[in-house]
Amino acid sequence: MSSATKAERPNYVSTTNACKLCTPLGASLAFRGVEGAIPFLHGSQGCATYMRRYVISHFREPVDIASSALGEKNAIYGGGPNLKKGILNVMKKYEPKLVGIATTCLTETIGDDVPMNIREFRDEFGDLDLPELVEVSTPSYNGTHVDGWHGAVRSMVEQLCTAKAADAHRVNILPNMVSCEDVRHLQDICRDFSIAATILPDISETLDGPALEDYVKIPSGGTPLEDIQAMSGSRGTIEFGRCLPKQTGGTSLEKAFGVKNHRIGLPIGLRESDRFFEALEQISGKDMPRRYELERGRLIDAYVDGHKYVAGKRAVVYGEEDLVVGLTAFLAEIGVDVVLAGTGARKKGLENAIAHVTDGVARMAPDVREGVDFNDIAEEAETLKPDLLIGHSKGYKYAKAWSVPLVRIGFPIHDRFGGQRILHLGYKGALSLYDTIVNTVIERKQSDSPVGYGYI
Amino acid sequence: MSTTILEERKAQIHRTGEGAIDIACNRESLAGAVSQRACVFCGSRVVLYPIADALHLVHGPIGCAVYTWDIRGALSSGPELHRLSFSTDLQETDVIFGGEKKLEAALDELIDRHNPKAAFVYSTCIVGIIGDDLEAVCRKMTEKKGIPVLPVQSEGFKGSKRAGYLAACKAMFRLVGTEDVADVSPVSVNILGDFNLAGEIWIVREYFRKMGVEVVANITGDGRVRDVGRSHGAALNLVQCSGATLDLAKMMQEKYGTPYLRVSYLGIEDMADSLYQVADFFKDKDPGIVGRTEKLVRDELQTLMPELARMRKDLEGKKVAMYVGGSFKAFSLVKAFRHLGMQVVMVGSQTGTKEDYAELEQITDPGTVIIDDANPLELSHFIKEKDVDVFVGGVKERPIAFKLGVGFCDHNHERKEALEGFVGMLNFAREIHSSVMSPVWNFVPRRANRVAEAEKEAANE
Ligand code: SF4
Ligand code: SF4
Repeated sequence: MSSATKAERPNYVSTTNACKLCTPLGASLAFRGVEGAIPFLHGSQGCATYMRRYVISHFREPVDIASSALGEKNAIYGGGPNLKKGILNVMKKYEPKLVGIATTCLTETIGDDVPMNIREFRDEFGDLDLPELVEVSTPSYNGTHVDGWHGAVRSMVEQLCTAKAADAHRVNILPNMVSCEDVRHLQDICRDFSIAATILPDISETLDGPALEDYVKIPSGGTPLEDIQAMSGSRGTIEFGRCLPKQTGGTSLEKAFGVKNHRIGLPIGLRESDRFFEALEQISGKDMPRRYELERGRLIDAYVDGHKYVAGKRAVVYGEEDLVVGLTAFLAEIGVDVVLAGTGARKKGLENAIAHVTDGVARMAPDVREGVDFNDIAEEAETLKPDLLIGHSKGYKYAKAWSVPLVRIGFPIHDRFGGQRILHLGYKGALSLYDTIVNTVIERKQSDSPVGYGYI
Repeated sequence: MSTTILEERKAQIHRTGEGAIDIACNRESLAGAVSQRACVFCGSRVVLYPIADALHLVHGPIGCAVYTWDIRGALSSGPELHRLSFSTDLQETDVIFGGEKKLEAALDELIDRHNPKAAFVYSTCIVGIIGDDLEAVCRKMTEKKGIPVLPVQSEGFKGSKRAGYLAACKAMFRLVGTEDVADVSPVSVNILGDFNLAGEIWIVREYFRKMGVEVVANITGDGRVRDVGRSHGAALNLVQCSGATLDLAKMMQEKYGTPYLRVSYLGIEDMADSLYQVADFFKDKDPGIVGRTEKLVRDELQTLMPELARMRKDLEGKKVAMYVGGSFKAFSLVKAFRHLGMQVVMVGSQTGTKEDYAELEQITDPGTVIIDDANPLELSHFIKEKDVDVFVGGVKERPIAFKLGVGFCDHNHERKEALEGFVGMLNFAREIHSSVMSPVWNFVPRRANRVAEAEKEAANE
C-alpha cells in the first residue's frame, strides 16, 4: 500500500481480462428496471447483441435491448434517421411506456446530438401516442458500466420528474447495482417501516420473472412512471454508494425540489446496514421493527459463533467500486483481512471510502487499486497469498490457477446458478454472505484435511 | 395494436411449399427490431479466436473485448493464449488524438509478455471512425517483433457477421504459404470451419487418423499459426460451416490449386457422407482407404444406433424449431432430427444466403417456417404457432424457449458439449431427450393450463 510499491508496478498500456464492462450495459440494466421500459442503444448492432448475451447469461431471462443498428452510411452521415426509425419500430413491436436511449462509443464519436434528435422526433411524430423518451450519454471510453447505471438513473430522475409532486409519506431509494433479491428485500423492509418506497430502478421482477402462460414483450414489474414523477414529493432519498459521481439522481432531487438526500454506503455488513436502518427511521419517523432487531441480533450472534473459522483469513476483493467498499466493510467486521481491493473503474475515491468504512475494525488497510484488470490483480495476488477470492465469476480462472476458493458475489455470475437471487443487503444479507463465506472456509479445511472430521 | 412482425421484415420470412422461395437476406439488421445478430467484429472474432498460440488484441473500447472473453468452448491441446481477453481499452484522449501510439505500445508489451507466434489486431467501430492506420502499425510491429502482426479489418458497422468472416479469412491468408511443406503426406487435408468446441476436432481427427489421412491444419479450432502457414501443402481442404471459412478455401484454390469439399460433422448421414467423400477423393492414391472408412463407420454405427432407437421411442413426433448462426449447420440438424423421429417446423439463421435458404426449403416439410435474421418476438411467435417441443439455439435464444415452457438445446459457438461425430450425435440425442422428456414442463403454466383445460372438458363430457 505504500507509495513505493505503487511506483514499482509497471503501468501497462493494454488491458488483459478487464474487471469492468462498458457504459451502455449499465444504462441498459437500469432502464430494464422501469415499468414498461425498453432499453435502446444508439449505435451499431453488435454492441446491443453482445450486451444482451452477457446479461442473459447472468439473469437467465429474456433481455430485449433494441439498437439503431447503424451501418456504414449512417456512421458517416449521422445516425439520427436510424434512431428515429428504430424508436418507431420499437413502438410498433413493444408498445413501451418508456424508451431508454443510451449512446455507444460509435455515436459519441461521430458526435450525434441525441437530445436534438429526440426533440425532432417529438415534433415529427407528435400526433402519435409517444412513449417517454429518456436519453443518457454513455461513451464507453469514458467510464464503466457503473457510470452507465448511475447516468441512466440520473437521466430518468431529471427527465421524468420535472414538477414538484404533492408531499407524501414516501421514500426514494436509489439502490445502486444490486441483485433482484436485494431489491425485493428493500421492498419488504420499507413495507415493515410502513412507508411507501420508490426504488429506482427496480429489477426485482423485470430481470427475475416468474414462469408465465405466454412470452411477454416487456416483463411486468419495474418502477412505475408515476412513482418516478412523484419522487419530488418524497420525505427523502436514500442513495447507496460511497463512490458515486458528484451529481446523481439523489442530488438532482435535492437541488430541484429540496428532497433531502441521504448518501450512505451499500448496506452490506452490520455497520453499513445500521446506517441504512437509521436513515429509514429518520425518514419514516418509525423505530426499527422488531423483526429487524432480531435479524440484527442473529447476525451478531453468528459473527460470534463463526469468528474463529474466518479469523485472519486473507481475501482479495474485486468488482464494482461500491460493492467492493461494502464487502470490505463487512469482511473487516468479521476479522477477514482484505489484502487487495480492486476495481476496474478509475478516480472513484475507493481508498478513502474503504478507509472510512473499515475505520476502527479493520486489522489492516488493504492495498486499494483502481483501474485494475485481472492481470494486475494476478501479479499482486501471487505475493499476497490470499485464502479467498471474493467477486464475480470472472475471477474463476485465477482462483483455479491459485487453487483458492472463489466466493461468487455481484455481477456477472456466469458459472453458477442463481446470481440474481444472491442477497447482499441488510442484516439478513450479511448473514447469508457470512454463512457462505464461513462454509467456504470450512469446506476448504475439510477437503484439505486427510482426517475427514464430521464435526467442525 | 402492436405488431410482432414488422412490415419491413416480412420479406425475410418464408414457409416451405407456399410459392417460390425468394427470401431477402444478407441485409443490414433493421433498426429497433432487436436482432439476434452481432457485428462484423463478432464474425472475425469467432473465426480467428481459436488459434491458440496467437495474440488476439481488440483495438477499441473495453466492451467489445470483454463480451468476447472466452465465451466459446474452443479447446486447445497446448497453448491457451486465445482464452485471454486483450484490449487497448481506448480512453477519451485516444479517441481525440488517435489510438495508433497506444496500439503500438500495447502490442509491444503484450508480445514481449506472451511470446505469441503471431498477433491478430481487430479493429472495432470506433477505430474505423477515428481512422487509425492499422495496416501501418501492424507492418511496423511485424518488423520490430519478428512475428506476423496481422490487421483484421472488422469494424462492426461495416456489414454483418458474414463480412467479418471474410476479414478473418483475408488475415489468415497472409499466413498461408509461409512455412515449409516438404514433409506433408500426399493423403492430407486441412479441417476448415471447425472450432473444436468441447474438443470436437479431436473426434474428427481420430476418424481421419483411422482412415490414414494426415491433418495438416485445424482452421481454426485447436489452431496453430505454424499449421496455417503450411496448410497450402495439404491435398484437400474440407470446409465446414458455409460462411466462416469458405472464402479462405476459395483463396487457396485460386493461389495454390487446392481443391475443397464441403462437409459437415453433425448428424449420422452428413458425418458418414463426409468421411466417404474424403475416402473417395483419395482412393487413387490409397486404395485401402475406402475399406477402412467403411469399417470405421460401421463400427461407430453399431454402438450408436441401438441407443438412438431407444430415445426415438420417446421423441417420435415431437416438434423442433431452430435458430442458428450459419444455415449450413441447419441442413445437418434437419436430417439429424429425422433420425430421432422428430419434425423440424421452424428454421432460421443469422447469416444464410439465398442458396442456403433454397436448399433448406428443399429438405424441410411443407409449412416449415424459414426465417432470416430473426428477433425474440418473431421467434416466440413461431414457437407458439407451431407448438414446438424443443428449440435449438444459443444463449440469447435459451430464455425465449424457457419462458414459453419449451425444451432447449444449445447448439451455438458457446456450447460446451461435443455434438459432432457419431459420439456427438449421441450426446446431441441425449441432450434433446433429457430436455424434452423432463418432468418440469408439467408445471409450466402454458402446458399445465392446457392439461387442466383438457381435463375439465373431459369431465364435462
Ligand atoms: S462497437 Fe462495433 S465492433 Fe464493437 S461490439 Fe459494437 S458493433 Fe461490434
Ligand atoms: S463499442 Fe463501446 S458500447 Fe459498443 S460494445 Fe464496444 S465498448 Fe461497448
